[in-house]
Amino acid sequence: MKILVDDKDFDVGAEIAALRAGNPHIGAVASFVGLVRDTNAGSDVASMTLEHYPAMTQRALEAIVAEAGQRWTLLDVTVIHRVGELQPSDQIVLVAVASSHRADAFSACKFIMDYLKTQAPFWKKEQTPEGARWVEQRATDEQAAARWSE
Amino acid sequence: MKLKVLYFARLRERLGMAEEVVELPDGMGMVAMLLDVLRARGGAWAEELAAGKNFRVAVNQDMAGMEAPIEDGDEVAIFPPVTGG
Repeated sequence: MKILVDDKDFDVGAEIAALRAGNPHIGAVASFVGLVRDTNAGSDVASMTLEHYPAMTQRALEAIVAEAGQRWTLLDVTVIHRVGELQPSDQIVLVAVASSHRADAFSACKFIMDYLKTQAPFWKKEQTPEGARWVEQRATDEQAAARWSE
Repeated sequence: MKLKVLYFARLRERLGMAEEVVELPDGMGMVAMLLDVLRARGGAWAEELAAGKNFRVAVNQDMAGMEAPIEDGDEVAIFPPVTGG
């Protein structure tokens, strides 16, 4: 398991190669990459700053990955989340899940993202032509996470 | 008892501080009681931490409910709903 919170960019290909290296039991890797959009809630977004709660972030992500490991049969997981100032098209987050079969990898990848969106202490602040504003959590994010406990 | 209280993101800006030490009388061992003390400051504190407001609390870096116990030396963080990913 690799969990990293960093202000530096990541190389998706290199991360997936490292995730699956040396493990011939892996038959599937599902990954998700989140990017900075140049528009949000009707405004242009010039840049974005990601704040987090350093003492809590790592353990919150570890707990989410551990929960995924309880629900599905996983062989390895990588989660990378960036902090600091980001520009449109920059990568924000990577979740990559390795398993023997695709169903576990697909489901766990979505679960980890859905939980990360509601449980991991990150906050986005956008710079727009109307000034800086904090991004509000979407009701759909709460609903997506809640569906896993139904 | 003394608590280290942290504020993040929009709440940090609205309350004008990132962290402080809050001293509570012994026996006020619950998150809800800390919030009562903070609200009693009035102004932005009363407004942002009002009962219907949408905010989250973590005790010692774990998400916690209003009835979660707090003890001397604990780190309590108060923040808006998270928006990472």
